[in-house]
Amino acid sequence: MIKLEHVSKTYEAGVQAITDVNLHILPGEFVFIVGKSGSGKSTMIKLLQKELAPTHGKIMVNGRDIGNISRKNIPTYRRNIGVVFQNFRLLQDRNVYENVAFAMRVTEASKREIKKKVPQMLSLVGLAAKYRSLPRQLSGGEQQRVAIARALVNEPKILLADEPTGNLDNHNAWEIMRLLDEINQRGTTVVVVTHNMDIVKAMNKRVITIKKGVIVSDEEEPGDED
Amino acid sequence: MKISTFTYNFRQGLINIWRNKMFSLASIATMTACIFLFGTFYSLAVNFSSMVQSAEEGVAVTVFFNEGTTDDRIASIGAEIQNRPEVASVKFVSAEEAWESFKQDYFEGNEEAAASFEEDNPLANDANYEVYLEDVSMQETLVDYLEGIDGVREVKQSELAAEVLTDFNNLLTLVFIAIIVVLIAVAVFLISNTVTVGISVRKEEIAIMKLIGAKDTFVRAPFIVEGIAIGFIGSAIPLALLYFLYGRIVTYVSEKFAVLSSMMDFVPVDEVFQILIPVSLVLGVGIGFVGSRFTLKRHLKV
Repeated sequence: MIKLEHVSKTYEAGVQAITDVNLHILPGEFVFIVGKSGSGKSTMIKLLQKELAPTHGKIMVNGRDIGNISRKNIPTYRRNIGVVFQNFRLLQDRNVYENVAFAMRVTEASKREIKKKVPQMLSLVGLAAKYRSLPRQLSGGEQQRVAIARALVNEPKILLADEPTGNLDNHNAWEIMRLLDEINQRGTTVVVVTHNMDIVKAMNKRVITIKKGVIVSDEEEPGDED
Repeated sequence: MKISTFTYNFRQGLINIWRNKMFSLASIATMTACIFLFGTFYSLAVNFSSMVQSAEEGVAVTVFFNEGTTDDRIASIGAEIQNRPEVASVKFVSAEEAWESFKQDYFEGNEEAAASFEEDNPLANDANYEVYLEDVSMQETLVDYLEGIDGVREVKQSELAAEVLTDFNNLLTLVFIAIIVVLIAVAVFLISNTVTVGISVRKEEIAIMKLIGAKDTFVRAPFIVEGIAIGFIGSAIPLALLYFLYGRIVTYVSEKFAVLSSMMDFVPVDEVFQILIPVSLVLGVGIGFVGSRFTLKRHLKV
């Protein structure tokens, strides 16, 4: 499903973000990528989203070398990967319904499909009753659930979450993790970047630890942060 | 793009104008000011040009014939002159008409003195052609040609008037072009700056759209609708204002400055706006389109 072969990324300023990373994530897996700030974990998410291009190496997603995807075809590629961000990144001037519907509108889905699908997703994340609220009228946890509904509405096979609980209190963080687990149970491959080791340990999933841009451990049981 | 996507983006563009009220107002105000200045200079230029043109139409070259030239020869000279491309019209003035005109100019109030010449027309040999030009700058060429015609005794011209009018016309064209170029450059600069500010405020929104898989055309469409709508409104307002003001100003100037109105006829408002409306709308909409299209470009690389 996701395969990184000898991937390195050096930023223009000469900062080496990740070095010679090899990684294989299977379909339906739930994987945590952990590490301190600046360890390179967010860079990995950006590489998978094709927001950045690797300096060296090859990234395969769904059997395709994403290095070969032309700029024109990047949008189509991204529609098959759901993304959740730490700061939610919702469209502030649109309500909950419109934020989720927007992800379908970009695929030129019909009005009928949108009307059918969006309420389903809002029900899944428990926000059906708040479909008319604006993001600023919601709590952090609720905003993150809208972001998850938006990421899933096009039924991607992969969900990438970059510090999805970073801006949330403990209760909301657990709510979001339970939701991500449920989504994974339905068959979506979930990759979560986090530094919240309490959650990682409790979830009991595969954990990849990155330190200074290098994978230092990859285990089925939670490991130490360093 | 599907029709439903097009209507969605069209609606979003219009909604964006309302959502970003301050930005929209600033852009419309900038556009209005630029198009208003453009319209003002255009109206002035059209009227000056019309004034120069009517002055040019009054410039004539007078052709006199050798003594004893037959009427047939005079007629054939007239036909020859009329065929010249630089000639607008030719008017034959007989010796009698020349004398009548002379009397009116120089013997007004002293008709008795003039009557003593009645039996012996002092201008008996002054039948002539008044030749009016299409383009006064061609006067020199025409005079050279006329002087070479067999039977022509003398060619009189108003060299100074022709030169002054030609120079003035050239200067007017140059000044007008320079002002228009400067105005357009200023408008493009101001509007692209305003659009840049408006778009940089929304670069997060653009980045989100791109990260969830929106194509450039999808992200761009509402901004372009917005740019075009702002351009349209920003050119419609000054056009309406100018249309209203033009009539008022013409009436005011005609009443208060009688000398000026006796010298020239103002170009009718409909004639000015026949050109000004489409040109201003194309300018406004074009600048709005180009401004949003190109300013957005660098924010789309996500």
